[in-house]
Amino acid sequence: MGYKILFKEEVGPGAYRMIIDAPHVAKNARPGQFIVLRVHEKGERIPLTISKADKENGQITIIFQVVGKSTKHLSLLNEGDELADFLGPLGMPSEIDNFGTVVLIGGGFGTAVLYPMVVAYKEAGNHVIVINGARNKDLLLLEKDLSNIADEYFVTTDDGSKGLKGFVTDMLKQLIENGIKIDRVFAVGPVIMMANVAKLTKEHGIKTIVSLNPIMVDGTGMCGACRVEVGGKTKFACVDGPDFDAHEVNFDLLMKRLRMYRKEEQESLEKFEKELAQNG
Amino acid sequence: MGRIKPKAVEMAKRPVEERIKSFDEVALGYTAEEAMKEAERCLICPKPTCVPACPVHIDIPAFIKKIQEGDFLAAVRIIKQDNPLPAVCGRVCPQEDQCEGSCVMGRKFDPISIGRLERFVADYEAKTGEVNVQPVKEKKPQKVAVVGSGPSGLVCASELAQKGYNVTVFESLHEFGGVLVYGIPQFRLPKEIVKREVEYISKLGVKFVKNFFVGRTRTLDELMEEDGFDAVFLGTGAGLPRFQGIPGENLLGIYSANEFLTRINLMRAYKFPDYDTPIKVGDTVAVIGAGNVAMDAARSALRAGAKKVMILYRRTEKEMTARAEEAENAMEEGIEFHFLVNPVRYHGDENGWVKEVEVIRMKLGEPDESGRRRPIPIEGSEFRIPVDTVIVAIGQIPSPIIAQTTKGLEVHKRWGTLVANEKTFATTKKGVFAGGDVVTGAATVILAAGAGKDAAKYIDYYLQNKDKPDIWEELTKAK
Ligand SMILES: Cc1cc2nc3c(=O)[nH]c(=O)nc-3n(C[C@H](O)[C@H](O)[C@H](O)COP(=O)(O)OP(=O)(O)OC[C@H]3O[C@@H](n4cnc5c(N)ncnc54)[C@H](O)[C@@H]3O)c2cc1C
Ligand SMILES: Cc1cc2nc3c(=O)[nH]c(=O)nc-3n(C[C@H](O)[C@H](O)[C@H](O)COP(=O)(O)OP(=O)(O)OC[C@H]3O[C@@H](n4cnc5c(N)ncnc54)[C@H](O)[C@@H]3O)c2cc1C
Ligand code: FES
Repeated sequence: MGYKILFKEEVGPGAYRMIIDAPHVAKNARPGQFIVLRVHEKGERIPLTISKADKENGQITIIFQVVGKSTKHLSLLNEGDELADFLGPLGMPSEIDNFGTVVLIGGGFGTAVLYPMVVAYKEAGNHVIVINGARNKDLLLLEKDLSNIADEYFVTTDDGSKGLKGFVTDMLKQLIENGIKIDRVFAVGPVIMMANVAKLTKEHGIKTIVSLNPIMVDGTGMCGACRVEVGGKTKFACVDGPDFDAHEVNFDLLMKRLRMYRKEEQESLEKFEKELAQNG
Repeated sequence: MGRIKPKAVEMAKRPVEERIKSFDEVALGYTAEEAMKEAERCLICPKPTCVPACPVHIDIPAFIKKIQEGDFLAAVRIIKQDNPLPAVCGRVCPQEDQCEGSCVMGRKFDPISIGRLERFVADYEAKTGEVNVQPVKEKKPQKVAVVGSGPSGLVCASELAQKGYNVTVFESLHEFGGVLVYGIPQFRLPKEIVKREVEYISKLGVKFVKNFFVGRTRTLDELMEEDGFDAVFLGTGAGLPRFQGIPGENLLGIYSANEFLTRINLMRAYKFPDYDTPIKVGDTVAVIGAGNVAMDAARSALRAGAKKVMILYRRTEKEMTARAEEAENAMEEGIEFHFLVNPVRYHGDENGWVKEVEVIRMKLGEPDESGRRRPIPIEGSEFRIPVDTVIVAIGQIPSPIIAQTTKGLEVHKRWGTLVANEKTFATTKKGVFAGGDVVTGAATVILAAGAGKDAAKYIDYYLQNKDKPDIWEELTKAK
């Protein structure tokens, strides 16, 4: 049961889109769900959002940003190569409905996670506003895909090289101040970004959903590596989430837990890069 | 009775200094001479007390007799009539509570080392390579799905395949074997043994599908209504880790035993960075609990580099549920046991890492429903123990995913276990059977294997009588 890479393309610096042959995953996949894959036989299990599920052809699209050893290794594979493992769909599907006006906010790799949500909210009949944020214009992901679907599309960059100079929250604040009636916000990206979005929308009483990305192992609810605190209660993000009510999430804890293996991640990446250099 | 030999033949173990540095198997097993010598001690009781004490009623005197005669392959064949996983069970069964615990020799002397003998003949069979696969006589058209590849699922699949059914095992993880591969460490149960069993069962014609999470990849209803499975066996185990729910439990450095052991066993984190999955084991490790899971976590932590490992247990040595041999091994290896203490809170540093566990002293009160004396906190006796890593091993319950996503599958409210008939393993949903930890709650390998075996009988009966109008009534009401 090979999980073959059927298609690969670069969608930004260090960001890739891949289509994987995985009929068993495509069959039941719904927006907001994710897969867990292993690149090779000694690999770790990494979670990635299902960007698109083509039920007819049994194919799953993923979009990922290279941040460490596993994503780097994945990015070096090519069309025709096979992944060791590919499990899914996992997690609870997102709650998608026609809420009215929905603002979808993506930052960094979060934009990859955002894309299928934009599609789903749009298909459900919402007026869809997208805010795509990055440090600078070269790091912006999926500009064409997102602007094509969104009813309104905004860009923010930290350095002002494109769109509004500032953070995604600055753009969101403008929209609110301009008197746009926002029925729901969906945000995914760096924890600090999600925390700030949550703070802002709480002040304005706008229901906000965030997609959390804690470190995971199995992705099926049997280890508790992915535990997060929501409303003072411990939840397993891989089975209870990944979507949660932003106003209830303990972001500080999430941020700390994501740093747990910083040293080992660095070590693993350095070892891999050294091996790559040695092998030419 | 001149032939009474009071002392059991010792089984060789790796020396402590060597074994705490490696994940190689600790117990080395009997040689043929040792096995025959130990078998000689057996009185071959005409009315054996060991057989009824064995959960699957292996004909113990008969197999030991064969060892006395030097016919080891005949011995293993006798065991396999009742227990298809002797190499596993010989290593991990709590023999002191079962066969060996009721051995008449044990009243005055050492009981016969039945587990070691079981292990010996199973390993002997594997070494000689004479594991012969019996060709299936007659193929049956019906399809059966076995969900989960732990001992219950493996045995059920094996039995059904031998009855001629078309069997597929669905496993959510990327390796087959359930707790035998993700939970029980290499130093107690080498992975090669489990692999051998899986290979044997696939030779019987069973199809193994990994990375398939029933409830998400496909629901149980879809398997039955759309994918054409005529019956299903759920052997999904008790994989959901419990936490105490006390303050600070989500600090960095606090693992569930399941996460800790999964990283080590399934993901081989002890070989990081050769393998990609990391694990953090500090100098000082506290393990909460004193069952098999706790012993495995403690001994793994030691091997992964911890300098000091403590077991913190709220009852006393007498109430520990771990296999006696493993508790003894843990003590030999220098694991510290602290009894009558229970964590009440964890304290962390400014980066969110656990640095102290606050415990309260306990005393034993009246017996509770498990028959063990209930631990009661002694007010005002709290104190703190410095730690770098904590592993919570206070139990697992079944995952709710399948029950949540299936119509008409009833669950016991309190423990989350599936409701199933004790004799037939039939659940409240027609065509669905369940056995092992998912029904009993966390228990033992042999009970799970036995459940898989007996369930196969009733699955066969069901499939042969499917058209009887009240068949499910009959199976769910059976006594
Ligand atoms: C439900 C879910 C969906 C996700 N979807 C996507 C996606 O569609 N596209 C995508 O690019 N990434 C996604 N991620 C993040 C992705 O899983 C991680 O980037 C990846 O595991 C990093 O592995 P690595 O070995 O390359 O990097 P590592 O060396 O392991 O980590 C490098 C850095 O990434 C951080 N990191 C590690 N694990 C995670 C994690 N699980 N989530 C976020 N950051 C992490 C670390 O804190 C570290 O700073 C998702 C995560 C989750 C939990
Ligand atoms: C660390 C540890 C040490 C132990 N030591 C001993 C010991 O020394 N002696 C002893 O007798 N017992 C011991 N036990 C207990 C024993 O291992 C279990 O009782 C036994 O494994 C239960 O078998 P099972 O078949 O019911 O389930 P499991 O072995 O738990 O297997 C269940 C399998 O089902 C899979 N699964 C779950 N849900 C799904 C799904 N929805 N779709 C697909 N697959 C799914 C799981 O991934 C798993 O592989 C120990 C347990 C642990 C955790
Ligand atoms: S990743 Fe293991 S429980 Fe969520």
